[in-house]
Amino acid sequence: MRLTAARSRRAMGWVYAAPTALIVGVLFLAPLVLVVWMSLHRWPLLGSAAFNAPANYLKIAGNPLFLDAVLFTLKYTVITTVLLSLVALGLALLVQERRPGITFFRTAFFLPGAVGFAAAALLFYGLLNNDFGPIDPLLRAVGLIDEPVKWIGTPDMALFSTIALVVWRFAGFNMLILLTGLQAIPVEVYEAARSDGAGRWQIFTRITLPLLRPTLALMLILSVTGSLLAFDQFFVFTNGGPDNSTVSMVMVIYREAFFRFDLGGAAALSVVLLVALVGLNALMMRRLR
Amino acid sequence: MTRRYTTLSALAVLFLFPLVWSGWASFEDPSNYLEMARFGEGVGTYATNSVLVSAMTVAGTLVVAALGGYAFARFDFPGKNLLFLATLAILMVPYATILIPLYVLLGYLGLQNSLVGLSLVFVMFQLPFALFMMRNAFEAVPRELEEAAMVDGCGTFLAFLRVLLPAVRPALVTVGLFAFLASWNDFFAPLILLNDGASFTLPVAVVSMTQQTFGAIDYGVLQAGVMVMALPCLILFVLLQRHYVRGFMSGALRG
Repeated sequence: MRLTAARSRRAMGWVYAAPTALIVGVLFLAPLVLVVWMSLHRWPLLGSAAFNAPANYLKIAGNPLFLDAVLFTLKYTVITTVLLSLVALGLALLVQERRPGITFFRTAFFLPGAVGFAAAALLFYGLLNNDFGPIDPLLRAVGLIDEPVKWIGTPDMALFSTIALVVWRFAGFNMLILLTGLQAIPVEVYEAARSDGAGRWQIFTRITLPLLRPTLALMLILSVTGSLLAFDQFFVFTNGGPDNSTVSMVMVIYREAFFRFDLGGAAALSVVLLVALVGLNALMMRRLR
Repeated sequence: MTRRYTTLSALAVLFLFPLVWSGWASFEDPSNYLEMARFGEGVGTYATNSVLVSAMTVAGTLVVAALGGYAFARFDFPGKNLLFLATLAILMVPYATILIPLYVLLGYLGLQNSLVGLSLVFVMFQLPFALFMMRNAFEAVPRELEEAAMVDGCGTFLAFLRVLLPAVRPALVTVGLFAFLASWNDFFAPLILLNDGASFTLPVAVVSMTQQTFGAIDYGVLQAGVMVMALPCLILFVLLQRHYVRGFMSGALRG
């Protein structure tokens, strides 16, 4: 009797978990296998597939657009992660204590994060336009510039403007992550340090930073992963330009698939990116935690 | 003290300025919105597509994650840990990597260029967070509550519906809010999975409007498009902020 009850409970468990299993199996595990399978084939966007391994992998080495994109994406990732972390940490420290009005400031800093990334990129596209946007006239009024700024007209400026967009959009998000870590530090620890005569800088470097380490690690991992997979900001805001100077790795995969109609090549690039990213994540988790 | 508030205020201006400017630039000439409404298949079509996709994603995520969360919190079944790990592994896999094969796979299933297919993909991407969140919420409900219901003659499903679901309502709101923001705002998945203008969601439609008319774009109209996309999220976020922040506090992001 008890045995059948236990067995029926196990069956019930599967019934409730079945939708999850179905979604994960069909829409996650199956495509994961399929992407490897596709990477072993000449797989045009239209038409039938033919086995050609390892041609798709071999031609990656001879794809200058992808190799350039790797370097560019790494550069973008390093600069973005450093800037974003510093800004987010600064904001989190400013709003960590409950004071009158602090909720307003937290909301203000986070609000750009509620806007979709594509919408935010379009917003900046207008904001930084020389004729229509308000930034050029403002800078001219305070005497910082004499002529129109080429916000997305040169490779360096396009990178700079994109990073400004990303910091604006994601600083509040990272601030929230850090706030959860800051608020987990017991007040008594600070009080003890203060009564021992520690100054603000000492408290920050000796207490806040070490205790915040796991949260900082989480933020770094999310920021590095997100930046390495950058797509929206470059596709929408700079469109890869000028002169393909802001083409990210994921953009190359997209172009390979839908402009060059080579799904097999795109799949091979995807597999390489997947392996690299899982490896990097594992490494970061081990080193940072 | 006042110096801190001066810094905070300056920063708040910096962060809010682009939003305020965009709103002002679009409303300055209301005909921007009329022009926006006439673009392509009509902004009404794209907005309807976006609403449909978001509604299906939110509903799908809630149903799958609530049932799944209940299973993981209260039942033991073979393969339980494996399924949980497989779900969390979704977080480890780059978005782009999985969308190319999904494009092919949805074709096999007859769901290419389909709002239903797109919504199912969004449900999958939401699952790690949603399942983790719901499992924790159900675990926090005292077992006595549902046992009492079962003694009263309810089966597990009735106990789930009448007693457990109402008890985890805050978690459901958080999961629903995250699912809405993600599906309403996402650009990459609809860009790849939808290929017919009439089925575009707002972000893909407005971006393609920008890129088709490159150079000759009317920036006021563009900002009207930005506002149509952004306003629902801004309003919803301000109203449900508490629930959003709980998503962070629960540590579900660590999954």
